[in-house]
Amino acid sequence: MQERTVYLDHAATTPMVPAAVEAMTAHLLDVGNPSSLHASGRHARRVVEESRETIARALGCRPGEVVFTSGGTEADNLAIKGIHWARLAEDPRRTRILATAIEHHAVLDPLDWLRDSEGVDVELLPVDDKGRLVVDALREAVERDPASVSLISVMWANNEVGTLQPVEDVVAIAAEHGIPVHTDAIQAIGAVPVDFAASGVDALSLTAHKLGGPYGVGALIVRREVVVTPLVHGGGQERDIRSGTIDTPAIAGFAAAVELAVKHQPEHAARVGALRDDLVRRVIEVVPDAHLHGGALDPTGAHRLPGNAHLGFPGCEGDSLLMLLDARGIETSTGSACSAGVPQPSHVLLAMGRDAEAARHSLRFSLGHTSTQADVDAVVEAIGPCVERARAAKR
Amino acid sequence: MKLLAAMSGGVDSAVAAARAAEAGHDVTGIHLALSRNPASYRSGARGCCTIEDANDARRAADVIGIPFYVWDLSDRFHEDVVEDFMDEYAAGRTPNPCLRCNEKIKFAAVLDRALGLGFDAVATGHYAQLRTGADGLIEMHRAVDDGKDQSYVLGVLDQDQLRHALFPLGGSTKAAVRAEAAERGLLVADKPDSHDICFVANGDTPGWLREKLGDRAPNRGGAILDESGAELGTHTGTYGFTIGQRKGLRLGRPAPDGKPRFVLDIEPVSGTVTVGPRERLAVRRLSGIRPRWCGSPPARLEGTVQLRAHGDEHRAVVTVTGESVEVELLDPAYGIAPGQAAVIYEGTRVVGSATIASTERVS
Repeated sequence: MQERTVYLDHAATTPMVPAAVEAMTAHLLDVGNPSSLHASGRHARRVVEESRETIARALGCRPGEVVFTSGGTEADNLAIKGIHWARLAEDPRRTRILATAIEHHAVLDPLDWLRDSEGVDVELLPVDDKGRLVVDALREAVERDPASVSLISVMWANNEVGTLQPVEDVVAIAAEHGIPVHTDAIQAIGAVPVDFAASGVDALSLTAHKLGGPYGVGALIVRREVVVTPLVHGGGQERDIRSGTIDTPAIAGFAAAVELAVKHQPEHAARVGALRDDLVRRVIEVVPDAHLHGGALDPTGAHRLPGNAHLGFPGCEGDSLLMLLDARGIETSTGSACSAGVPQPSHVLLAMGRDAEAARHSLRFSLGHTSTQADVDAVVEAIGPCVERARAAKR
Repeated sequence: MKLLAAMSGGVDSAVAAARAAEAGHDVTGIHLALSRNPASYRSGARGCCTIEDANDARRAADVIGIPFYVWDLSDRFHEDVVEDFMDEYAAGRTPNPCLRCNEKIKFAAVLDRALGLGFDAVATGHYAQLRTGADGLIEMHRAVDDGKDQSYVLGVLDQDQLRHALFPLGGSTKAAVRAEAAERGLLVADKPDSHDICFVANGDTPGWLREKLGDRAPNRGGAILDESGAELGTHTGTYGFTIGQRKGLRLGRPAPDGKPRFVLDIEPVSGTVTVGPRERLAVRRLSGIRPRWCGSPPARLEGTVQLRAHGDEHRAVVTVTGESVEVELLDPAYGIAPGQAAVIYEGTRVVGSATIASTERVS
């Protein structure tokens, strides 16, 4: 096997940072259910609440607005179904949900389910060729019948092509009509500045393992004023919105990771962005007809996640390229959702106006906190022969 | 060698991949996704196209310690195998999609992609043996295990395909392969064999055809006649029948002589199905088209032919003129359906194959 792994799939998951490992493991042997009333329980509760405060401080929300979940998917489901159900219960006219066509499946699939099983009118809004929501389309959809809109969900940054979304504009339109806004910020925290209160959104999803924390823990940050119907019933541990014994060690690790990710965000974005720019520039030098999907490279980070390089390689199957790079120890993603391992053309690229063929010749390189110049050099060295091979395989 | 092991999720392909890896080859496992919508395909252990099958293949690759990927061949499979299957039935013939899949998918689309990616050959769990002949050509022979021999469904492979194929199980019995799988800790050791057509989810081919053919069905019903032209019953579409079929004719009246009746002819245009006694199925000659030769085509050959999967061998004289293959059977064969393959053997060696275009009955 190869000597070194060049891990360029940080958008799928990123290694835990040592501070998070330390914070988490420090509590693995502690006994005490945070809901218990005795000293051990109180101790665990204190760890959880301090973690909640740490996360709140880092993300610009109040501690009481942090609802811990099992991760991003649960947070998205809780926001979509929970807020919709509560809003519909308040006013039966609220039967529409608006979202972009490029949301993650953790948002799209709950929407499909609501449409199919409850007759919710789901409207998926178009994006432009860079993968950015067409704001006028949202405005039109809202103004057509504002009273019928239950919820708007627009991700902060897209997980496949890295395009940042106009959340500010979305909030402004929604605010005119008092419609709540949810944002899936799973890829954004630690990569770009995110401030919950300043953003004006009502609910925001995040997960620990994408920012240096452990798997299996995440949160929905949701304003106190927003009513959320629970999905999981039980002890009501998290604000009566989410039940289940609280995972103290994971939450401690989560908080440590969030704190560091947010604190180091500016330097991290600058460093990783520079590596990403170098990677894109040099890959295109080697493979001149390769092209970048999503927003242009920009040093300000205002349009694109700093670690994301989503490239199209005409004449290649993305799958072939992934396999050839993998054989050289370079780990990437076709960025497509796999059910049963059957690759589907990316719904994101299709929404951006690419055809199925273009959607299948794409590869996502996502850089993160452990990425180095040597990783970029390895890609630049390997990409030429791999593309040549992948093209030969397609003929 | 750099080998690509096609892994269905079954026991055979898992052991084949394990043996190839153990022999020192650099093996990469792949599972072929043949449908975009796996739920529409056979579930459980009976096919090779389900989510569980992909997971079983992945777990086997883990145990063997080889990289594993899923390749999406669904478009090619649909075009080359499923569409052909429907066209053939609509035309009153009886296709064998497994041969078609070997010819067009496993040893064409997959092999081409593998060679392009830098692999030297494709290994599968088929039961057949490859040897190098005196002339340096690769010969394919029947497997050691008569009951499992799959040389029939591989009879469409040409020399170029055979040179890039590897069948590690050809010298073993199925029982030995199962035992070896258990020994190797492959959890698929007890998985039942797949038999039926993988893309017909419940095994009901006429029902599947009725649903899928739609406007392409040549007819939606017609008469079932005896050889004198007397109507014995009706049917709901000629595509539901195959020559030599006995079951499911739903004839009200028994034959005057009390003997069972068989499908003798299928006429899609008029929608007529003709039935008669078994002896009327006896075939002495058949013509084949689309020949495929493992090596160089013979001009005339005295050997044997096999006319359906798991069918008997028939002694025959085969005469080849260009793209046309005439087979004279020394003893009559029964229930021979156009569309099936005639695979030609000399001893245990596969010479080639042709698709049966027409048959000549013993009058």
